[in-house]
Amino acid sequence: MAPVDKSKVPWWVSNLIVPLVNLTLALLVSGLFIFIAGENPYEAVRLIIYGSFGYIEGFAYTLYYTTNFVFTGLAFAVAFHCRLFNIGGEGQAYIGGLGVFLVAINFSFLPVPIVWLLSIAGAVVFGAAWAFIPAYLQATRGSHVVITTIMFNFIAASLMVFLLVDVIRDTSQMGPHTVALPKEQWFPSFKDFAGLFGIKIRYSPLNISFLLAIAASVFVWFLVWKTRWGYEMRAVGHNTQAAIYAGISPYKNIIIAMCISGGLAGLLGVNEILGVHHKIVAGFPAGYGFTGIAVALMGRNHPIGIFPAAFLFGILYQGGSEVTFDMPNITRYMFVAVQGVIILFSGALENLFRPQIESFFVNRLNIKASA
Amino acid sequence: MEFLSDIASLINSTLRISTPLVFAAMAGIFAERSGVIDFSLEGKMLMAAFVAAVGSYFLGNPWLGLLLAIIACVSLSMLHGFASVTYKGDQVVSCVAINILIIGLTTALAAAWFGQAGLTPTLNEDQRFLEVNLPFAGSLRDVPIIGIIYSDILSGHYIFVYLAYLSVPLVFWVVFKTSFGLRLRAVGENPSAVDTAGINVFAMRYKALAINGVLIAFAGAHLSTAVNANFFREMSAGRGYLALAAMIFGKWHPKTALVACLLFGFTDALQIRLQGVELPAIGEIPVQLIQAIPYVLTVVLLAGFVGKAIAPNAIGQPYIKER
Repeated sequence: MAPVDKSKVPWWVSNLIVPLVNLTLALLVSGLFIFIAGENPYEAVRLIIYGSFGYIEGFAYTLYYTTNFVFTGLAFAVAFHCRLFNIGGEGQAYIGGLGVFLVAINFSFLPVPIVWLLSIAGAVVFGAAWAFIPAYLQATRGSHVVITTIMFNFIAASLMVFLLVDVIRDTSQMGPHTVALPKEQWFPSFKDFAGLFGIKIRYSPLNISFLLAIAASVFVWFLVWKTRWGYEMRAVGHNTQAAIYAGISPYKNIIIAMCISGGLAGLLGVNEILGVHHKIVAGFPAGYGFTGIAVALMGRNHPIGIFPAAFLFGILYQGGSEVTFDMPNITRYMFVAVQGVIILFSGALENLFRPQIESFFVNRLNIKASA
Repeated sequence: MEFLSDIASLINSTLRISTPLVFAAMAGIFAERSGVIDFSLEGKMLMAAFVAAVGSYFLGNPWLGLLLAIIACVSLSMLHGFASVTYKGDQVVSCVAINILIIGLTTALAAAWFGQAGLTPTLNEDQRFLEVNLPFAGSLRDVPIIGIIYSDILSGHYIFVYLAYLSVPLVFWVVFKTSFGLRLRAVGENPSAVDTAGINVFAMRYKALAINGVLIAFAGAHLSTAVNANFFREMSAGRGYLALAAMIFGKWHPKTALVACLLFGFTDALQIRLQGVELPAIGEIPVQLIQAIPYVLTVVLLAGFVGKAIAPNAIGQPYIKER
């Protein structure tokens, strides 16, 4: 099929209809997996919707997961605009969490809001630092960031377990985790807010980091599309040779893009440490870094797309835990597979039906216009 | 003599540990020489491990498990080709999708079918590959030097170990001494010139990916039906990426890639030996840090102390035929 004239395709066809068709395909394939695992896909969908929307605690959990996915989705997207595949969000978030904890515990004599700001800065700096080495090696040596960032995930995991076991472990407890932060430093949670309105909730991990996620989205939008630096970075990503001729340094932009990406991934540590665990527990990034890849690709690497995509994965995670609860044959790994399918259809295979869909709509609109 | 036998066992482990890396690196050479990036070695290795273990468990024969693993890996390679060669999707995204899909799917299905948190049932002796003792290994053991080399280092490995090292000269021969290999390399360097010569670029890339699938299946089967007697979650543990780093370090060449794989294998063997050992001046190194050594080495090798890596010219770019 001949490709249609891109300028004639309405924005909502390429940015709304095509992604939705791809998502539908991905969910159909996922349903097949659930069937192979010996459960009823229709029943699974019902459980997912009930688990994520059906009751207030469930919905709060959905938004809590959304928060994490916004951070890691934005992280992947920023680097991707410079054509860098930062799949090291997992490790950067882990180290970012270390930054949050170290700042919070060492500056506890300062007023709480200042500690929060410093901790957020700590998350960004630590996350960025962990992304800096792969970035530097990519820029100077051409070492592919996919391999180096994956290796830095493994190294971060080893390093953190070492620290949690031998250096900063809470020695009064058995498990590999640190002491808890002082209670006044904990982020106010949804439970506290709901309490103000007289709604009683047993527990909720949702906290004010959600607002930080919104702020981060606005920040990324402004940075990538409204600043000179964002323009330079996209130029390097789009056509490195042309960018060089225009006097733009790919070296500088690769490093800046990766560091900002790492810093955004580090913010996951803010949500997890200040908002939920209040201490570092081993393995707290729990795959959120990888999910960010799917979130960013589904959201077409734009904050306006990433936010709903993160929400969708929030539904999938929270609803998914409801499914694993009720269906003995489904484990949370099934939803890792679903992520893979979504990346496949909305990333690698995004052109599968794009020409057909676009020409269909363009022809329809032409008929309307000439009628 | 204890020192000698220590060295022998270290070399023996090196050969064994390097085996999946060698298969994966050879698989990577085929894909990347044809111009298709293959980060999905990791996912395919994991898939092969899962399918080989499950297939062998149900069919009672490890060779049938291996056959199924080959079919599964070739299918995944075809999927990668479908997305990135035919539909010109982003090759790296396609690989990342396959890796995440397989990490999830293998563990999820293992849990669903066997209910053991992502483990498959332990295979008995008929269902797995056993060590191969070379002829006269027992009687030659007491001969000095030769005994150690033949009986302690070369004999007593799984069949995959021998196949892996045999595959290296074979891959070298195919890639550098046959007309197929010439075309393969040309497709990766300058696809439009190859197209002009009347060779189908797409078909060449699909063929390369098919060979890639066969080779990587051996790596996975080695893990789950030879060295271990079952599949467990994420058992490939980054080996696909390590192999890819070895291949890049080896400049997309079988012989140098083999050397890099052996270096990885040796570091890993050494790493296992070092756990819990008091070193002079340093003391005991924490086990978590020792385990990170292969990963650190990967980064160091990639950063390349031997000059910048030059990839095949057309790598990562979908070929668009002129109209």
